[in-house]
Amino acid sequence: MYTPKKHEPVRIGFYVCHCGTNIAGMVDVQALARYVATLPNVVVSRDYKYMCSDPGQEMIVQDIIENRLNRIVVAACSPLLHEHTFREATRRGGLNPFFFQMVNIREHDSWVHTDRQLATRKAMALARAAIQRVPLHKPLEVKKVSINPNVLVVGGGIAGIHAALVLANAGKQVYLVERDPTIGGHMAKFDKTFPTLDCAMCVLSPKMAAAGSHPNITLWSYSEVVKVDGYVGNFKVTVRRKPRYVLEDLCTGCQECVEACIYKEPKFRDEFNLGLSKRKPVFLPFPQAIPPVVLIDPETCIELKTGKCKKTCVEACGDRKAIDFKQKEELREITVGTIIVATGFQIFDAKRTPYYGYGIYPNVYNALEVERLVNASGPTGGEIILRNGQVPKKVAIIHCVGSRDENSNRWCSRVCCLYSLKLAHLIHEHTQAEIYNFYIDIRTPGKSMEEFYCRIAEEGINLIRGRVADVYPDPSDGATGRLIVQAEDTMLDCIMKVPVDMVVLSVGLEPHSDTEKIRRLFNMSCSSEGWFLERHPKLAPVSTFTDGIFLAGCCQGPKDIPDSVAQAGAAAAEAFSLIDKGNIEQEPNTAFVVEAECSGCKSCIPLCPYTAISLLPDKKKAYINEALCKGCGTCVAACPSGSIVQNLFEDAEIFNEIEGLLAPTSF
Amino acid sequence: MPKPKVAFYWCASCGGCEETVVDLAEDLLAVVEKVDIVLWPVALDFKYKDIEAMADQSIFATLLNGAIRSTEQEAMARLLRRKSRYLIAYGSCACTGGIPSLANQFPREQILKFNYEDAPSVVNEAKTRPQLVFEEDGRRPHLPELHHVVRSLDQVVEVDYYIPGCPPTPKITQAAVAALLDGRLPPKGAVLAPDIALCEECPRRDSKPTDVAFTEFKRTHQKLLDPDKCFLAQGVVCMGPATRQGCGAQCLAGNMPCTGCFGGTDRVKDQGAKILSSLCANIGPKEEAGINQVLAGIPDPVGTFYRYGLAKSLLRRKVDLPMNNGK
Repeated sequence: MYTPKKHEPVRIGFYVCHCGTNIAGMVDVQALARYVATLPNVVVSRDYKYMCSDPGQEMIVQDIIENRLNRIVVAACSPLLHEHTFREATRRGGLNPFFFQMVNIREHDSWVHTDRQLATRKAMALARAAIQRVPLHKPLEVKKVSINPNVLVVGGGIAGIHAALVLANAGKQVYLVERDPTIGGHMAKFDKTFPTLDCAMCVLSPKMAAAGSHPNITLWSYSEVVKVDGYVGNFKVTVRRKPRYVLEDLCTGCQECVEACIYKEPKFRDEFNLGLSKRKPVFLPFPQAIPPVVLIDPETCIELKTGKCKKTCVEACGDRKAIDFKQKEELREITVGTIIVATGFQIFDAKRTPYYGYGIYPNVYNALEVERLVNASGPTGGEIILRNGQVPKKVAIIHCVGSRDENSNRWCSRVCCLYSLKLAHLIHEHTQAEIYNFYIDIRTPGKSMEEFYCRIAEEGINLIRGRVADVYPDPSDGATGRLIVQAEDTMLDCIMKVPVDMVVLSVGLEPHSDTEKIRRLFNMSCSSEGWFLERHPKLAPVSTFTDGIFLAGCCQGPKDIPDSVAQAGAAAAEAFSLIDKGNIEQEPNTAFVVEAECSGCKSCIPLCPYTAISLLPDKKKAYINEALCKGCGTCVAACPSGSIVQNLFEDAEIFNEIEGLLAPTSF
Repeated sequence: MPKPKVAFYWCASCGGCEETVVDLAEDLLAVVEKVDIVLWPVALDFKYKDIEAMADQSIFATLLNGAIRSTEQEAMARLLRRKSRYLIAYGSCACTGGIPSLANQFPREQILKFNYEDAPSVVNEAKTRPQLVFEEDGRRPHLPELHHVVRSLDQVVEVDYYIPGCPPTPKITQAAVAALLDGRLPPKGAVLAPDIALCEECPRRDSKPTDVAFTEFKRTHQKLLDPDKCFLAQGVVCMGPATRQGCGAQCLAGNMPCTGCFGGTDRVKDQGAKILSSLCANIGPKEEAGINQVLAGIPDPVGTFYRYGLAKSLLRRKVDLPMNNGK
C-alpha cells in the first residue's frame, strides 16, 4: 500500500455527491466543486450524481492512480452511512484508507436548510474545513479484537424469550434476565390473541418452558441489570438478583408451602391479576410461571417482618428445605459480547384521563384487567363478573385511551383497535352482552387484520365513530353502578348517551416510567416519546447507536406479537452475525499518551469510562491500553498538559478544521 | 571583537522581572563581562532619541518584560523590534499578557472611572482624569493613551523567544542568556523552558491519589495546608498539571500551590481551558446541584485559571470592547 512521504506535496481529490436531489436540490454542487478547486492542495474537484455507486467509487480509484492523489475528501451524506464505502475506495486506489475525510452536507446541510444560497455557502465552509484538516492525516491501522460469544437478553417477555431461544438453539450461551419473578411478560396475561383468536398461553407456555429448561440459557428471573461496562464484544454486566427467600434449585413448585401458609385465605393484592384477586405472602405468580418457583413477599410475610411466625410453610416444605428466610440479594458479574434489550412497555395509566372514571367508578376497567377477567385461569375463572357480582348486559369499549391524544400520548399504540375488537368478541361470547365500540378511526394494518375487523363487525357489535367525552353514573339508577357513556357520533352527527353496565378502556402502550434509567445503563438513545431509538428506522431497525446492543419488541415502539417475535429474531440474527465473525474491527481512533510529555499528574486515569488508562509504576507516566480504548476522547480533552493524542482527532487537525470552518467564504 | 549589545526594557509590568535580573547577583557580573548593556531604564538613564539613533538590528538581543497596555509601550516595542536581532518576551506579561491582562475583563472606561472616581480611597471631586495633552507653564506635555485591551508582546510585534515566569527564575534566565550568547538556539518561537508539566518535578506528586474526586475547593487562606501533600488532594486548586515546569517548584516548597505563571505547554492553546476541563471532569458529584456546590469554592475562575494568560488565551477579552486591534 502506498503511503505518502512526509514532505511529498499534498494532492487532494474532492468529490461532491448530488445524492439525486437530496443534496443537489438545496446545494449548488457545481459551484461547490468549482470553489473547492480553488483551495490549496486540491488537484481534482468533481461533482457526481451518486458517489456511493460503483462508478462513483471507481472515479475515486482511477483519480488516485492517474492524478497521484494522496488525500481524498467526499462531501455527501452522514459518515455513519458511507464513510466505510469511501475508505474502501481510497484503499482500492492504493492509499491508506485513513487519508480519507467525509463531509456531511446532507443531514447537516441540505436536509435542514431552506435557503439554497446559504446552504451552498455552508457546504463550502464544511468542505474547506475538511480540505484544511486532511493534509495532517496519518496512515492508521485497523485492529481486530475477539468477541465474547455469550449474549445477554434483558427482559423475558415474548420478544426476549424468542431472541434467547434462537441464540440458545444456535449453541450460544444466553443470560436471560427478567425483572419479575417469572418470564412471560404481558403476553402471559392475555386470553386470546388477534386475529386468529388462539389461546395466548397455549402458544406462549411451550416457549417459556423451553427457555426455562434450555441447557444454553441461564435464566435469572426476579433480577435486574444494574451496571454495564465495556464495549461490543466484551461487556461486563452486573446483575442484581433479588432474594425470593426460596432456593431456586431446591423448590419443586409443588406449592405445598402456599397451602400451608399461616394465612388461611389469600389476603394481598395479586399483581399478576392486576389486583382483581388476592394472593398469600408465599405464592406462585400463575400456574405456568417459569421458573416454577414460589417466592415470599417480604412486605407481607410475618416471619420476614417480625420473625415471629410459626413457619408452617417451612414445615410443609419438609426435607426439600427450599425456604431460606436469610437469603440476601446477590450481585452477579457476567461477561457477554452482545446485548439484546427487550424491556417491553407499560400500559397507559387510565387515571390520567379522569373523565373516563377509572379508579372512581368500580365498573370501569382497563383492557388488561378485562384480559384477566375473560381468561380461564384469571380471578373469576373466565366469567365476566363485575365488582358488584353482576354479569354486564351492555358494555362500552373506548378506544385510544392514552393514544392519539394531545393531552397524554400523541402516538397510535397500534394494537388497541385490534385488541378492542377482540375483547368485543370475547365479552359478547362470554356474556351475550350488547357491545358498543367507540373509536376515532379503525386502524387494522397487517396480514389478516382487516378480515378480522370485518368478521367482528359482522358479529353485530355497535361501532360508533366518536371520541368519548365523558363517563358518569346513570342518575336514574344509583344502585347498580350503571354508567352513561357520552360521545358524539360523528357519522350521525348527534350526541349519544349510552347507558352501560361496564366500561372497558382500551389503554395505549407507553415507555416504562424508568426508561431513562435503562437508557443510561445501556448507553442508548430515546426518541422524544421515550421509545429506544433504532440506529436507522429502515436500514438498521434493531441496532442501536451503541455497537453490540440490539432492540427487540415494544421497548422500541408499540407493536403486536408477530412483529415483536420477528424483531426478536432479527436482533438475534444481528447478534449472531457479530459473534460468528469472531472478531470486531476497531476504529483506530484510539488515544495514546506521549510518554516524554506526560507529567504523571493522574488527572486522566479516573475519567476513562473503559478503564483503559493506568499509571506505569516505574516511569510514573500514564499509559493507555489500546485494546480497551474506544476513542471517546475524554482523556484527551482533560489532559491538562495536552500530552494525550487521539488518532484522527489530533489537536492540530481539529484546529485546522475549525479555522477552515470559520474562514470567510467568498464566491 | 566588540561585545554583543543587549537591552532590557519594561512595559506594563510590576518590576518583578527587573528584580530577577538583579537576583542573578554576582552571576550578573559574568553576563555584564560578555555583553554591552545599551538600554536598561530601571538602572540607567536613556532617551528615546538615543535608541532611535541606533542602527537597525544593531542590538543583539532585547529582553522586554511587561504587557502592552499604552501607545508608548507599543511604540517602544516596535522601535526595539526594529533595532534588535532577537526580541525576547521576558516574563509572563510579555509572553501571555500576565496579571495586567486580567483587565481585559473590563472596558477601559470602567477601569478609569473606578480608579479616578469610584475607588473607596479616591477623593477627586472635580473628576479629573489624565489628559493626553495639557498645558503647563507654557509647555504642552503629552501622556500615552491606554489601549482598550492589554496585549502580549507577540500580539504587537514578532517575537523570537519566550522566557516565561512571574518572574522568570534566575536559573532559566541564565540558561537562556547563555544559550543566546553561545548561539545554541532552538527554533524561532520556542519557549526557553522545559516542555513538560510541573507535576513531573513536584516533590508532592506521589501523594496525589489516582481518583481525587473533588468534593470541595478551598482557597489557601481557608484551611491549614499540609506541607507534604498534593494540593489537589487537599482540595486546593493547583495549576501544576497544566503549567510548564522550570521554576523548580518553588511555590510548592513555600507551601503554596502553583498559580500557573510559566503558562501551558507547547501543545496547549489555552492553559485555563485545559485545567478547567481537567478539574471539572474530576469533580466527585455528578449531578448539577452537587457540581455547583463544589465549584462555588472557586469564586473567581478567570483570576484563578487565567491569572497570567488572559490576553493570549482563546477568551482574550470581554466581547463588548471595540474591535480595532486594541487601539
